Amino acid sequence: MSVLDVRNLAVRFETHQGTVRAVDGVSFTVEEGETLGLVGESGSGKSVSCLAMLGLIPTPPGVVESGEVLLEDTDLLRLSPDQLRRVRGNDIAMIFQDPMTSLNPLLTVERQLTEVLEIHRGLSRSEARKKAAAGLGDVGIPNPEARLDAYPHELSGGMRQRVMIAMALLCEPKVLLADEPTTALDVTIQAQILELMGALQQKRGTAIVLITHDLGVVAGMSDRVNVMYAGRLAETAETRALFARPRHPYTEGLLTSVPSLTDDPEAELASIDGQPPDLADLPPGCAFAPRCPYVGERCRSEVPPLARVDRDDAGRVSACFESARLGRTEVAGG
Amino acid sequence: MAEHLLEVRDLHKHFPVGRKGLLGGPAAMLRAVDGVSFTLERGESLGLVGESGCGKSTTARTVLGLHQATSGSVRFDGVELTTLARPERGAYRRRMQMIFQDPYASLDPRQTVGSILTEPLKIHRIGRPKERKLRALALLDAVGLNPRHINRYPHEFSGGQRQRIGIARALALEPELILCDEPVSALDVSIQAQIVNLLKELQERFGLAYLFIAHDLAVVRQLCHRVAVMYLGRVVETARREELYTAPKHPYTRALMSAVPVPDPEIERQRERIVLEGDVPSPMNPPSGCSFHPRCAERHRVAGGRCEAEIPALRGTQDAGGARLSACHLEE
Amino acid sequence: MAGQRRTWDLGLQDAERLLQEAAGYKGESLWQDAWRRLKQDRGALWSLIFLAIFASISLLAPLLPLPSPIALDLQAEPQPPVLAFGDAGFDYEFETDDDYRLAYWELSWLDKRMVDARKAIFGDWQTGRWFGTDSKGRDLLSRIVWGSRTSILVSLAATLCSLLIGVTYGAFSGLMGGRIDNLMMRLVDIFYAIPFIFVVIFILTILSTDRSDLESEALVDKEKVFFLVIGAIYWLTMARVVRGQVLSPKNSEFIEAARALGASTPRILFVHVVPNVLSIVIVYLTLTIPAIMLFEAFLSFLGLGIEPPKVSWGLLAVDGTDAINPIKTFWWLVVFPAAAMGSTLLALNFLGDGLRDALDPKLRGK
Repeated sequence: MSVLDVRNLAVRFETHQGTVRAVDGVSFTVEEGETLGLVGESGSGKSVSCLAMLGLIPTPPGVVESGEVLLEDTDLLRLSPDQLRRVRGNDIAMIFQDPMTSLNPLLTVERQLTEVLEIHRGLSRSEARKKAAAGLGDVGIPNPEARLDAYPHELSGGMRQRVMIAMALLCEPKVLLADEPTTALDVTIQAQILELMGALQQKRGTAIVLITHDLGVVAGMSDRVNVMYAGRLAETAETRALFARPRHPYTEGLLTSVPSLTDDPEAELASIDGQPPDLADLPPGCAFAPRCPYVGERCRSEVPPLARVDRDDAGRVSACFESARLGRTEVAGG
Repeated sequence: MAEHLLEVRDLHKHFPVGRKGLLGGPAAMLRAVDGVSFTLERGESLGLVGESGCGKSTTARTVLGLHQATSGSVRFDGVELTTLARPERGAYRRRMQMIFQDPYASLDPRQTVGSILTEPLKIHRIGRPKERKLRALALLDAVGLNPRHINRYPHEFSGGQRQRIGIARALALEPELILCDEPVSALDVSIQAQIVNLLKELQERFGLAYLFIAHDLAVVRQLCHRVAVMYLGRVVETARREELYTAPKHPYTRALMSAVPVPDPEIERQRERIVLEGDVPSPMNPPSGCSFHPRCAERHRVAGGRCEAEIPALRGTQDAGGARLSACHLEE
Repeated sequence: MAGQRRTWDLGLQDAERLLQEAAGYKGESLWQDAWRRLKQDRGALWSLIFLAIFASISLLAPLLPLPSPIALDLQAEPQPPVLAFGDAGFDYEFETDDDYRLAYWELSWLDKRMVDARKAIFGDWQTGRWFGTDSKGRDLLSRIVWGSRTSILVSLAATLCSLLIGVTYGAFSGLMGGRIDNLMMRLVDIFYAIPFIFVVIFILTILSTDRSDLESEALVDKEKVFFLVIGAIYWLTMARVVRGQVLSPKNSEFIEAARALGASTPRILFVHVVPNVLSIVIVYLTLTIPAIMLFEAFLSFLGLGIEPPKVSWGLLAVDGTDAINPIKTFWWLVVFPAAAMGSTLLALNFLGDGLRDALDPKLRGK
């Protein structure tokens, strides 16, 4: 059963350069207990769609144009700000990229943790403290009682991210939106945090939407992957299927351009030509067309719809007219 | 064999932190670089790898002379740079250039691309204005940008294009050595590959040597012939690329390597990962002995608490392809 | 050395032609971008227009057919505003320097030529008492216009003074860093700790008692000292603002890049640092000018600033307060000077606000 069902979400920003369609008709579902990877480069709309789900788009200049975000049966986009506040942090929580700035530097760890509990659960101060300490213990912070009285600046980056995760999980949300949770961290710390998130999910069955640009992280963590490009979904697939055979030229380009520790270092790295699209000035057809090695006539005039590309797998969709040609012809340099 | 292009010996750079009183001396010393040695040959690229705070950027900046070395020696083409007077250092500065991490911050937003690229020539009084301008056009072309865009401003370019401008600026003086400080880590994945390829191509074309600073082991592997791994201001392992990536010796290198996620679900889900415990200690108060020992999983294999007491020296073999050294008591 | 080195062949064909074609791809500088956005901000744009008009009126005051700002008309009490078109009361003849002093005060050469021009164009004609007269029968409109010259001159001179010292000092301090920076900023702290109002009052009081000696021996005149003293106070904050900007990480990497190229400190300072802190400086200036105007008014109000027969907005405020009495209120003596000063300050603040938005790199392109 899906816990989160996003339908036709569209967000635009009004700027002087014109209307920027940051998210343009994105639909996806998140099943109970699964991890959905949301992959894309800067400006692909992955973070904006998450902020929109939580009603956190700054308005103006942002406008949520259309869409439904069904958390079980409630449409989050139709809730009043008050109702939404009750849902946020309680049923659906978010962790942000930068653990340095997303904690209030003036409050102790305890205050930041217990605040959520006091708001959403109506716990007393001492109950909340006990629960907060347990929460810190769960995320692998040694000596949690003592850490409760620390201020964020007294903690390292990895510790802060753990506190953020503890805070997000305190009310046992059904869905956790994790926006680049490890990007600001060093690799050895990233490994710790990923391990922790995996373990916590196994234990609690929280559904995670993992936003990242790192395909390695996606490969290890997520069950299914949404690839986004220029505010639209390019491809949705199960993780293994996606890596085994990408069905969108952008996904293919991404996969081949990531250097790994095993490929031939003497060979030229395959890369995607050109520059990321200017969202205020998208081409009329497929947004990826100017950089696509498979581009055809139709791609330049018509926006390709998401279509099934696998007879056996209803969840495997790709927005490409030429998806059948993928993987057959050798891409230059690939 | 001729002189090394760059030879760094026992380099130290300590920063004062805090202040005692209003005008008093420093309250503590941050040992950002604490005895780093390496060599670099012409046309070669050496990767300097490590996590944030390991001193890799400071090392590069000290080599370039942006920081004054606390002690140690930096020899460029056989000439000691740390004791060189300012005017003479200018001549060496021409032969050593730098590419910066953040393509948004490293270009002056109020200069046109043309003036950014002619500035190095202006500073070193090379050529007449017209010649400089033509040179700037050729540089733009060499890094894969449209030379016609010479009158535009940095903010009119995307991140990857700006990084190309930064590279063109570093090429303007025709250096022999370029210090690259995380040149691709701020870029999108699809753009990273373009820049890595460009750097490779330029190295081949102009015989450049790179000191390549990065935290991303996979990128370093693409570009570097040799790699030095740093931890808390010291080099813990140096090796040729093939050796380091197939058989890392130092426990930290192994952990670092293992922590890199593999973009392949089949491998990523099955492989054994070494997950290091704890955080990187503060360089203001490094652990005693081997600074890696509090996080090291193999400490128990060394007898008699030597890891806690004694700083391990870099030991190993030296051959034509460079040194294969590692600083671990296990290696004895 | 440069001669010996082989230059790389970058292999670009047709460079000359490309250079010509490049002229067709003009970029938009941050200044052009800011100007475009400022034009979209109506409040700021109208403020700018208002200030421009106001400044030109004030600059061209001697050319305008206004009554003499010091001509007395000893009637019993101030006359209310009248809507008369004008009269031929400006019957001065300007032949010797003393003639000018009769109608005005010590004027500069340029001002005298403007008065000559006015006489040639308008003859004896002068405007009516549109804003009424003050207690000595002097024309209020003329006094406000001539007073604005003093106020604008003081604020511009003091601002320029604080700009030159503050920007150079702050940028240098931030750029050098370390011990020098530390020392320079402590000095600023020490200056901050001095209660400047008292210092100003002290200096100006000394100057007014020993004025004749000072003026005859050296070329110290009170007004110049007045400008300098005010400027000397306001550079402190400017220095701090600029230093903070130089130190901001956003600005430090391209400065480091310039250093890596071997650029000298003055070059870095004037090519890279100053143009990049200028936007902040401009915003800060638009907020400093009103502060200095008020400070001038305050000092003149206390009798320490501009002295009669010259006129400034501060002195007009003194006249205004005298006019407030329970028996009969001469409202125009309060309303018109206050409106002139108030609208100028408001426009400056509006403009400062608009400039801050226009120059904010975060809002660029929005």
